[in-house]
Amino acid sequence: MSAGHSYDAEAYWKANLRLIFGSLIVWALVSYGFAILLRPMLAGIPIGGTDLGFWFAQQGSILTFIALIFHYAWRMNKIDEKFGVHEE
Amino acid sequence: MSQFAINIMFVGGSFLLYIAIAIWAKAGSTSDFYVAGGGVHPITNGAAIGADWMSAASFISMAGLIAAGGYANSTFLMGWTGGYVLLAMLLAPYLRKFGKFTVPEFIGDRFYSKNARLVAVICLIVASVTYVIGQMAGAGVAFSRFLEVDSTVGLMIAAVVVFIYAVMGGMKGITYTQVAQYCVLIIAYTIPAVFISLQLTGNPLPPLGLFSTHVDSGMPILDKLNQVITDLGFNEYTADIDNKLNMVLFTLSLMIGTAGLPHVIIRFFTVPKVADARWSAGWALVFIALLYLTAPAVASMARLNLMTTIYPDGTAAEPIQYDERPNWIKEWEVTGLIQFTDKNEDGRIQLYNDSEAFAPTAEARGWNGNELVVNRDILVLANPEIANLPGWVIGLIAAGGLAAALSTAAGLLLAISSAVSHDLIKGSINPAITEKGELLAARISMAVAIVVATWLGANPPGFAAQVVALAFGIAAASLFPALMMGIFSKRVNNKGAIAGMLTGLAFTLAYIFVYKGWLFIPGTNNLADTPENWVLGISPLSIGAVGAIVNFAVAFIVSNATEEPPVEIQELVESVRYPRGAGQAQDH
Repeated sequence: MSAGHSYDAEAYWKANLRLIFGSLIVWALVSYGFAILLRPMLAGIPIGGTDLGFWFAQQGSILTFIALIFHYAWRMNKIDEKFGVHEE
Repeated sequence: MSQFAINIMFVGGSFLLYIAIAIWAKAGSTSDFYVAGGGVHPITNGAAIGADWMSAASFISMAGLIAAGGYANSTFLMGWTGGYVLLAMLLAPYLRKFGKFTVPEFIGDRFYSKNARLVAVICLIVASVTYVIGQMAGAGVAFSRFLEVDSTVGLMIAAVVVFIYAVMGGMKGITYTQVAQYCVLIIAYTIPAVFISLQLTGNPLPPLGLFSTHVDSGMPILDKLNQVITDLGFNEYTADIDNKLNMVLFTLSLMIGTAGLPHVIIRFFTVPKVADARWSAGWALVFIALLYLTAPAVASMARLNLMTTIYPDGTAAEPIQYDERPNWIKEWEVTGLIQFTDKNEDGRIQLYNDSEAFAPTAEARGWNGNELVVNRDILVLANPEIANLPGWVIGLIAAGGLAAALSTAAGLLLAISSAVSHDLIKGSINPAITEKGELLAARISMAVAIVVATWLGANPPGFAAQVVALAFGIAAASLFPALMMGIFSKRVNNKGAIAGMLTGLAFTLAYIFVYKGWLFIPGTNNLADTPENWVLGISPLSIGAVGAIVNFAVAFIVSNATEEPPVEIQELVESVRYPRGAGQAQDH
């Protein structure tokens, strides 16, 4: 069943893409950034015998991923309602 | 009571629990448990996904690999959790809206082509069989230890048990059985970790213990570990690495593979609402993270415990006498997964890194080569024994390891058999097949898959988690791009998707087989699987990410060179993007 091609539907999809894009930037930053490529830059911040990059690689990125998904689900469900495309 | 009896009691008890719940659930006339409106809460569904997801690779194998590789193997931790972000945002809600029940079905409908469906089936089978090889390797290790037999015999026993379990339906489809499996699994994993964290750091929470002070030495525990292992010629545990390209690609490969694996995706087809698909992904990751945040602590602490067991008086003193070795080494020797050869015939166990750089030190100490070979897949299972924990903790970890291996292996076999009987035979070869015939085809394909996986599992192309990582690479390169383009692009057509999947799969498999052996048959590889031979330093475990990029590129180029998809397909894409009007989910 098509939701139609109204202006709202397009704006809804754009809002979704924006939210995904923002989330994936954070997703990439903590894992590929802080934990891998930028680790040498974080080497000066010590954490229990090692540095912040190591913490992001073994714990920090996982915690961030959880926060990202819940944030996305919460925001997206609001957006669904705002555009009236949510399920009853 | 002997340890053997305790193990049997815990393993048997946990299986009785699953069966009891399965029967209770059926008796409650709730066979349609996770049907729409049936009220499976996203939290419950999340725990069930967690049990499905965490296999022998996560439970038995992963911490052992992190222990051996240190920081470099953090890739497993990020890769196998970060994929849920992609699932929650790029696939799950839309596939739920679409409302079909297998991955090949979506690909076949979206790309309006039986051939696309067929290619998806092939990708699914290749990825899943590879995955099962890893599960068999892990389950074999667990069975050989707890039944105290040789590792090959353990593997055979595992094959029989997995087959029976899968034919019984794997007790799948019953959400509460999976929730029970999750509970057994997570308790079994965390309890030993809490004990060990308390012993070593005084902190009862393993993730905090990892960054705490080592009670005996007063140093941070990671510093202590670095010191002990560098004394023996190993690399620092926390050291940064040079080959960042490979680390990035490996992590990416695991992440997009997570989002492309059929047995995880189908769990989202059955939640009541699109909004619930999003929440379920979040809760699943919470449950998975409980294990994944514990694993790095287990890894470093077990490695330190292993070293202090062998060198009780410090690394500067002589290691222990072979005759005085602890009981757990004796028991693992039975399985052949720990091997000792007294190379310098001094009756002691020299465990160190046989590297060129360390050779002068070793020679000065009268050492003639590393004498103890420990299979990495045993570390988690041996962990409670190494730390001298009570017998019931050891029994518990046996039950947990088997729950992880069996539930996932059974789930994969079901995915393979339904792909063969439903998508392949009924969907294209012989649509007129009877229900009986379909069932028979399902059983036969299950048996074939398990025989192949067991045969290859006897000489697996890596440790359990590495084999599973190969499966993720294959899924990443073949299925994920097709699924994502199917939702996010209206322009990609049947020809583009098929060409993309085929080149992604062929490229990735070829690269893997060159190093790991054709069809994983030992001895048929063209190049030795060592970093010097890898193209641009990219390991076969990481190539899936490159395969996915190839897949995307080919699909876009071919699609743009050929006609647009028909209007009704563009409308289909439009409709999966909006939650309203999602039909009732059905039981899979």
